Amino acid sequence: MFLTSRRTKGEFVFDLLNNILMVLICFATLYPIWYVLINSFNDGKDAMLGGIYWWPRIFSIENYKAVFNNAGILTAMWLTVAKTLVGVFAHVFFTAMVAYAFSRRDLIGGKLYILLGTITMIFSGGLIPTYLLIRDLHLLDNFLVYIIPVLFSFFDLIIFMTFFRDIPDGLEEAGRIDGANDWTIFLKIVLPVSMPVLATIALFHGVYQWNDYFTGIIYINNESLQPIQTFLYRVVAQSSSNIMTTALQGNAVTKSVTSQSVKLATMVVTTLPIVFAYPFLQRYFVKGMMIGSIKG
Amino acid sequence: MDVQQSAQPAAVIQTETPPNMRRKWLKKLISQRYLQVMALLGIAWMIIFNYIPMYGVIIAFKDYDIIGTISSAPWVGLEHFKEFLTDDNFSYVMKNTLGISLLKLLTFPLPIIFALFLNEVRSLRFKKAIQTISYLPHFLSWVVLGGILATWLADTGFINDVFMALHLIDQPISFLAEPNYFWTIVITSDVWKELGWSAIIYLAAITSISPEMYEAATIDGAGRFQKMWYVTLPALKPTISILFILAVSGVMNSNFDQILVLHNSLNDSASNVIDYYVYNMGISQSRFSYSAAIGLFKSVIALVLLLIANQVSKKLNDTSLF
Repeated sequence: MFLTSRRTKGEFVFDLLNNILMVLICFATLYPIWYVLINSFNDGKDAMLGGIYWWPRIFSIENYKAVFNNAGILTAMWLTVAKTLVGVFAHVFFTAMVAYAFSRRDLIGGKLYILLGTITMIFSGGLIPTYLLIRDLHLLDNFLVYIIPVLFSFFDLIIFMTFFRDIPDGLEEAGRIDGANDWTIFLKIVLPVSMPVLATIALFHGVYQWNDYFTGIIYINNESLQPIQTFLYRVVAQSSSNIMTTALQGNAVTKSVTSQSVKLATMVVTTLPIVFAYPFLQRYFVKGMMIGSIKG
Repeated sequence: MDVQQSAQPAAVIQTETPPNMRRKWLKKLISQRYLQVMALLGIAWMIIFNYIPMYGVIIAFKDYDIIGTISSAPWVGLEHFKEFLTDDNFSYVMKNTLGISLLKLLTFPLPIIFALFLNEVRSLRFKKAIQTISYLPHFLSWVVLGGILATWLADTGFINDVFMALHLIDQPISFLAEPNYFWTIVITSDVWKELGWSAIIYLAAITSISPEMYEAATIDGAGRFQKMWYVTLPALKPTISILFILAVSGVMNSNFDQILVLHNSLNDSASNVIDYYVYNMGISQSRFSYSAAIGLFKSVIALVLLLIANQVSKKLNDTSLF
């Protein structure tokens, strides 16, 4: 594209083809999402005819109105916001706390603790024994099932630990001279200087919490405790569009809305928070993933 | 006896230190009491949520029913394993699990190729933009992606529209209701979702290659492809090996999230994999012991695969997980 005297003709052709390939990959990545987006902004009945490729044919926001008028979707949405906020805070705090203790090289029993954790990365009980445990802990149909079983992750602990070990010792010693105990040092010194890694894990766990639908399927029967992804799953995968139609019946206004078009609007609304958070946090997670993959 | 006696003098010398050492140790333990509490909270969590389920695996060898406890259930040995191995479903569930996973293994080089070519993009800004766009789908949930696929593959969806316009077909195809297309859909959508994300780690490894290597290669007269082949790729070898070992050990896993979203009764013959079978038998039909046995069967195979891949990689190129 920018032909300089140093570049040969062959290089020029290579660069050109390579750039075209990259543009094609970007297009292939974005277009399916765009396709859903414009169809969600199209009149529902009309969208059933198909053929909407670049821009809505009959622009309409009725689908979105139906989403925001549907009590079931709204409940699920709020629950998801709540479980994501609580879940991220609890997970990051708890895992960082354990990681700080593990990161101290003079910790008595430290080697054994890390061994115990490493074993959990290789072996697991599997779906059924875990289900029985959750049932015995009375976490079925309980909001805490979204928080406690994912409070801790040894993989995330390794990422934290790597970061904490790089904090200069002088910083902690200064606190100790001032009479602070390990707990205060963790809260007042370690956590504030660890913002990049805290943000990384918060993003990872936030995406997990936001996107997780499986917990809602196996452990939750009570519909008011159902997160938005589980709600969508029940509609999308099981094609039980009657959930949508019942949701639509209350809406006399929405004659042009179909269960399919509301489904699309729900998908868009569900994805928006991630798309918004993405540009702010993405500089963190690449770094975080590298630490995790190299050490893990 | 002789040996013990001759060892005694040494022991006598040692007995002088323990009280001292123990006091020191205790002092140290007290001084780090906050740390110990923090660490032990983590250990307690692991014992409950990781180790108790590991113990719970023994129900695979028992006849557990919902009312009783795990320890009170009667032992039945390998009965559940035998039942699964002789079950009519066994062959197609295994075929789907291995088929989908092996096809996914074949797509393993794609992120490497993508990273190699992305690395050749000259404009730094353009490179960043492509990267950012390419891993966006990783952050979409499989549920939303399932919805996108359902829209995309619907009778009036994009694929049918285009195929009809090109006169490749004259009737819309219900792709998701057709077992024949299931594997293709699963593999393609998985590549679409994870290509950019999987490439990150290779790109990171590429950036850590010393520029001097490239300069030396340039002086020797190497072209772009030669540099890719003789400098970049060998430098990626350890990363590739590790990720390949992990991919092989994941062969039995076949991405449950994705399968669960795309599975329906019409495509069951191509979409029912071990993980789905365990879920369906265990959670939906409450056959806990039977499905725990199948889950254990799966884990054992996965572990064996991991060990084999690790050994092979160790022999072939000196890289291994452990």
